[in-house]
Amino acid sequence: MSPWYHKQFQSWGRLNAAPSRAISTSDPQRLKDALSEENGKILAYGLGRSYGDSCLNSEGDVIETTGMNKLISFDPDAGLLTAEAGISLDEVLRVIVPRGCFLPTTPGTKFITLGGAVANDVHGKNHHVAGAFGNNVIQFSLLRSDGSLMVCSRENNKEWFHATIGGLGLTGLIIDVTLQLKKISSSHLDVKSIPFRNIDEFFEISQNHDGEFEHSVSWIDCLSKGASLGRGIYMGGNHATNGELSVHTDPKASIPFNAPSLLLSPFNIRLFNAFYYNLQKAKRPKGKVHYDPFFYPLDTLNNWNKLYGKQGFFQYQSVIPHEHALETTRAMLSEISHSKQGSFLAVLKRFGDIPSDGMLSFSRPGITLALDFPNNGMPVKELFNRLDKIVKEASGCLYPAKDSRMTDFASFYPQILEFEKFIDPKFSSDFWQRCHHQK
Amino acid sequence: MNKVLIFGGTSAIAEEYAQLILSNGGQVFLVGRNTNTLTRTAKDLEIRSGSSPDTVHTLAINFTNYDEIKNCFNQADKTLQGISKVLVAHGCLPEQEELQNDFSAAINSHHVNYLSAVAVCESAAQYFLEKAISGQISVISSVAGDRGRKSNYFYGASKGALSLYLQGLRGRLHSSEITVLTVKPGFVDTPMTSHLEKGLLWAKPASIAAGILRAEETKRNIVYLPFYWFSIMLCIKLIPECIFKKLSI
Ligand SMILES: Cc1cc2nc3c(=O)[nH]c(=O)nc-3n(C[C@H](O)[C@H](O)[C@H](O)COP(=O)(O)OP(=O)(O)OC[C@H]3O[C@@H](n4cnc5c(N)ncnc54)[C@H](O)[C@@H]3O)c2cc1C
Ligand SMILES: NC(=O)c1ccc[n+]([C@@H]2O[C@H](COP(=O)([O-])OP(=O)(O)OC[C@H]3O[C@@H](n4cnc5c(N)ncnc54)[C@H](OP(=O)(O)O)[C@@H]3O)[C@@H](O)[C@H]2O)c1
Repeated sequence: MSPWYHKQFQSWGRLNAAPSRAISTSDPQRLKDALSEENGKILAYGLGRSYGDSCLNSEGDVIETTGMNKLISFDPDAGLLTAEAGISLDEVLRVIVPRGCFLPTTPGTKFITLGGAVANDVHGKNHHVAGAFGNNVIQFSLLRSDGSLMVCSRENNKEWFHATIGGLGLTGLIIDVTLQLKKISSSHLDVKSIPFRNIDEFFEISQNHDGEFEHSVSWIDCLSKGASLGRGIYMGGNHATNGELSVHTDPKASIPFNAPSLLLSPFNIRLFNAFYYNLQKAKRPKGKVHYDPFFYPLDTLNNWNKLYGKQGFFQYQSVIPHEHALETTRAMLSEISHSKQGSFLAVLKRFGDIPSDGMLSFSRPGITLALDFPNNGMPVKELFNRLDKIVKEASGCLYPAKDSRMTDFASFYPQILEFEKFIDPKFSSDFWQRCHHQK
Repeated sequence: MNKVLIFGGTSAIAEEYAQLILSNGGQVFLVGRNTNTLTRTAKDLEIRSGSSPDTVHTLAINFTNYDEIKNCFNQADKTLQGISKVLVAHGCLPEQEELQNDFSAAINSHHVNYLSAVAVCESAAQYFLEKAISGQISVISSVAGDRGRKSNYFYGASKGALSLYLQGLRGRLHSSEITVLTVKPGFVDTPMTSHLEKGLLWAKPASIAAGILRAEETKRNIVYLPFYWFSIMLCIKLIPECIFKKLSI
């Protein structure tokens, strides 16, 4: 029986790849065989939560990793966890929270895999305290297409360690990951929200309050203009020091099918954003909030990306170094507000100074802004081009995990020349096919 | 205390089931075909359920060797000091077209999905009868066994035969203390179905496992999981054959 099958893969922004030949196995021998028999290009696909084309491989094969989801060891006292790379953060939390541990850092959804977290070196609301995901990885093993299995850490195979963190899945297949967890005494967080009237106030507040909170993030209203340009809500949270250790529950609802394009009007997006905004607002009162609504407000609605219909949507995420952050963010917000494009809500966050461990990591000191836009063709792409210019002038950078259209990868990531040495000759992705020429 | 012998102990549904058993203080004996997969699964179960290593046992066998199947009962009986339940969870879902083109592969799929399951059930009945103890025999069949479909009839035929066999076995054992449960899941998101597009009707293995446990506790004979598959299959069975044969399902 052939272990291969054909399947069409999609990214979170609903970009489709041509159907690929795919394999899903957790048997180490089968994985080795699959890589050694490969005569084109191959790529790992985790939970497809990347918005753009970094998780797609139209011209090649795909290894679906979610079957590689076994826990290998867990020491709650030392806060050390080793698991196979296809396990989701959702599953990890179910095991570690009742025993007083939490993820060292987490993105805005728990439906991603450990492998995906390493490959994009994802960041969370506590970057200013914990750095990015890779900063908390102790080691991982990497399977290369030549059949070699390397254990990589800050001591062993360290170049491979740094190349694979944020390495966009191109350095080989991550088999398992050992993570340093954080100890907690409660599954809840003490949360405080502080509204700000404009972007200047955001800078003041985040400067003054980030020291107080382990986790912080701000939601801003992109439709606001003039004196209230960039108004929003700053949310800070700390793990509560006592309380119960209760695990999250399954998503409450699902979007069963694509929103028809008729409904893809600003109305639908407004509805979705209203849902999102109200979730945020519901938490506004200061008090104790469970980690699930605090970190993962969108996870209550399965497949919410289908609300954007078949055409899907884009996320635009940039980081601007501190010295230009205020005026640049202001310029970007006013560009967006002028363009009247869809992103009603956006996320702003101050990254801390902990250097990332990955050669190509996105997170770096500065202010990051993330915005969702429905795919309406040219208008949004033109807006992005204008935003690119602003970002570039400020020596900023874009996030590959969210990207499907950047044209200047090498100018944002000049390290790619060095990185290329570590790419597995049998690995590639649509992102890489699109960007590696851009030198 | 539940002491469960599980065939196909590495299956996603079985693993969720084992986790429930272990979290309630029970013990499991997992039978599979691959030592490495069994060891990984056992370690994973220990960690997830927070149970001690001596509560999860494993044994690798060849499922087409019926002596090896029978021997599992002796081994598990010794290790667990008595078996209270048996779960049959192994199975394979080969491509229909592949089986149409390769008859020996088709026969082999019947060995895995039907004959080896029968061998387990016969051994289980004998085990409980000889010991004269009460026992639970639960077998994962499938809604696919309720009606033959052109897209999936080799698999469907094995599962259909299995469901029929279990009806007979249930009759034979009804005056004993042995309960026979036929489990008929619909679509479940597991490695077996990783190649299929998922949609609205797909269930998670954890909910199927919880459903099996509930059905065992209430001494059900046949359970559709999730429950709505009973109605779906009722409609499908009611379609006249002259129409059904033309449908592309
Ligand atoms: C609602 C939402 C909120 C988000 N919030 C944040 C956020 O706050 N911060 C942030 O940083 N990101 C965020 N993201 C993005 C997301 O965290 C990343 O895109 C993440 O990498 C997705 O992981 P995945 O398992 O889905 O991997 P995929 O998207 O399937 O793959 C991502 C990359 O990882 C590689 N990969 C996956 N598994 C392996 C493996 N075993 N070995 C080698 N390579 C592998 C793939 O080849 C690909 O290059 C968010 C996404 C969503 C949908
Ligand atoms: N998933 C569904 O949609 C669905 C629907 C209805 C019924 N079912 C039934 O549910 C049961 C459990 O399956 P699952 O969905 O949990 O899938 P799964 O995780 O893929 O498990 C399949 C199990 O069968 C074993 N197996 C496969 N081929 C075998 C062979 N030739 N000899 C011996 N063992 C073999 C596997 O062993 P390895 O781990 O070693 O591969 C594994 O333990 C099966 O009987 C299946 O038919 C599933």
